[in-house]
Amino acid sequence: MKAFTQMKALAAPLYRSNIDTDAIIPKQFLKSIKRSGFGVNLFDAWRYLDEGFPGQDANTRQPNPDFVLNQDRYQGVQVLISGENFGCGSSREHAVWALDDYGFRSVIAPGFADIFHNNSFKSGLLPIELPSDVCEKLAADCVATEGYTLDIDLRARTVSTPEGDVYEFEVDQFRRDCLLNGLDDIGLTLQKRNRIEDYESTRRQFAPWLFNAQ
Amino acid sequence: MAGKTLYDKVWDAHVVDEQEDGTVLLYIDRHLVHEVTSPQAFEGLTIAGRKPWRTNSMLAVADHNVPTTSRAEGIEDPVSRLQVETLDANCKTFGVTEFDMNDHRQGIVHVIGPEQGATLPGMTVVCGDSHTSTHGAFGALAFGIGTSEVEHVMATQTLLNKKTNSMLVSVDGEVGPGVTAKDIVLAIIGEIGTSGGNGHTIEFGGEAIRALSMEGRMTVCNMSIEAGARAGMVAVDDTTINYIKGRPFAPTADQWEAASTAWRTLVSDDDAEFDKVVRLDATKIEPQVSWGTSPEMVTSVGNRVPNPDAITDSAKADGVRRALEYMDLAPDTLMTDINLDRVFIGSCTNSRIEDLRAAAAVIKDRKVADSLKQALVVPGSGLVKRQAEEEGLDKVFIEAGFEWREPGCSMCLAMNADRLEPGERCASTSNRNFEGRQGAGGRTHLVSPAMAAAAAIAGHFVDVRSFS
Ligand code: SF4
Repeated sequence: MKAFTQMKALAAPLYRSNIDTDAIIPKQFLKSIKRSGFGVNLFDAWRYLDEGFPGQDANTRQPNPDFVLNQDRYQGVQVLISGENFGCGSSREHAVWALDDYGFRSVIAPGFADIFHNNSFKSGLLPIELPSDVCEKLAADCVATEGYTLDIDLRARTVSTPEGDVYEFEVDQFRRDCLLNGLDDIGLTLQKRNRIEDYESTRRQFAPWLFNAQ
Repeated sequence: MAGKTLYDKVWDAHVVDEQEDGTVLLYIDRHLVHEVTSPQAFEGLTIAGRKPWRTNSMLAVADHNVPTTSRAEGIEDPVSRLQVETLDANCKTFGVTEFDMNDHRQGIVHVIGPEQGATLPGMTVVCGDSHTSTHGAFGALAFGIGTSEVEHVMATQTLLNKKTNSMLVSVDGEVGPGVTAKDIVLAIIGEIGTSGGNGHTIEFGGEAIRALSMEGRMTVCNMSIEAGARAGMVAVDDTTINYIKGRPFAPTADQWEAASTAWRTLVSDDDAEFDKVVRLDATKIEPQVSWGTSPEMVTSVGNRVPNPDAITDSAKADGVRRALEYMDLAPDTLMTDINLDRVFIGSCTNSRIEDLRAAAAVIKDRKVADSLKQALVVPGSGLVKRQAEEEGLDKVFIEAGFEWREPGCSMCLAMNADRLEPGERCASTSNRNFEGRQGAGGRTHLVSPAMAAAAAIAGHFVDVRSFS
């Protein structure tokens, strides 16, 4: 996994509540058996005027000029500022892969759906929860100021604005360590192989029906 | 010390290891797998040279991409076909039990797990699919995971997870006639909102939940994710245990006594404390219809579409305005004045035998309205389909003008050929009314099977209680 420590990057606002994973990456693109290439279809139904389907040549599509990410000033964006309950809906990690593939490294919102939040950490996308009045202000400032950048420091757990405001955010110790060091969860867990085996053999004794083979 | 909730009991029984910050290594008993969220996980295993930890914890099925018309010709769309073939190949390579597309037991993953007895009380059940919450109906702790976590479970039989808060949703009293599990859960989501359950595991209790069949409880738990909850659970009782008995994966004769005795302890203690408690009066719940693009945008069938101008909270008013625009609905429209293009009865929320019986009872000896382009019934599994045919339900549907299809996810998310065209409006027994969910530009209204059936006959929504 990609490590995340500190970065100063361009932000874009998409300030609405309940942005669901179907909106982030529509289902027709979930047919891929790969992990990459989802960025061109991020927010597909909002971003393009024509209907998207897998395997299209992106150069022949009609971008929606009104959609925020299509504006020149947001090219090279890495931070998304959004509303309550971001990433609700399906468990598709493709939503995170699409954001990541597009170039996003962090999403700032007042709240995230549980599975999306979990998934983000696995691909090195940092979900940052800040109070809704702060998110609203950041989104408004972002609209008002061309080239609005935020400084995100995972070690210090802070988001700093160009005006010098600093907001602290919370993140689990374990997740922060994994992200700071780009650690692979599975490798870490397998270091506890013996404990898993011990647990399993005890449980097999008390609840053998859980281990029946078919 | 306060007693334990059902959630506490199942959680505690699965803790392999706990770190200082509360991150737990949680043992997983059952891992359900489908074609959409597994290929990258299998690939990850292969690249790392790892093997699944315990293949007999896994059960795989293709459901999202499969055609619901005849299976004989295979899958026409080459991208869908590749995904299904990839699952077949992975299951073969790694020795995972799979019900392939032509197996008579094939169906929607959340229908076949319980149907096979692969979902048991007290288990931890995961699947790369958010509606894994369905399995909580059995007093299991069941939740959806992303593909990286699918790989983690395959490789280690565990997940890294943190305990959520607990929430009791108690539905007190009895529901009136014509009010179903779907109406109960839509009313709950209407009440607490789509993020009302965020950070929580919900236990559904109260007389109205206890009175539900397992099918009904699955419908309720299925939609816990639509309230933002990690999982939904229902305590074990006779209804649970009777349902499981004799199913193929269920404990065999010599284990049955010990298993069922253990399962009976899977209830919250009387003195257990929940972090949050919500109570609903079952007698006040009416048949529900969603009007917007989020499951919380729902109301009773006798009501009207809301008027954003009457909402004081401006963010909320904007959300309603945007939803009504997408749904092409004028403020204050009577729900019963909304005309439909298609009706879909199916999905892991409502495609079990009881759902089909409820729908068939409404349409018997009636005809689908001429104004409808299509009315579709997609059974949840091959076994549900067979059972329905034995009961003659297929004839009831077909005579009324419904199409009777092969099992799968179908028009719930339109990954196969079944979908809405842009602008079309559908009464659907599924669980999500998000923009484009049933096809780009399509408009979805969530309802119970009985309400969908009545709407198919009338061509618009009607209150199934006064429908004659
Ligand atoms: S029926 Fe719908 S909600 Fe259920 S698993 Fe299939 S696509 Fe997901």
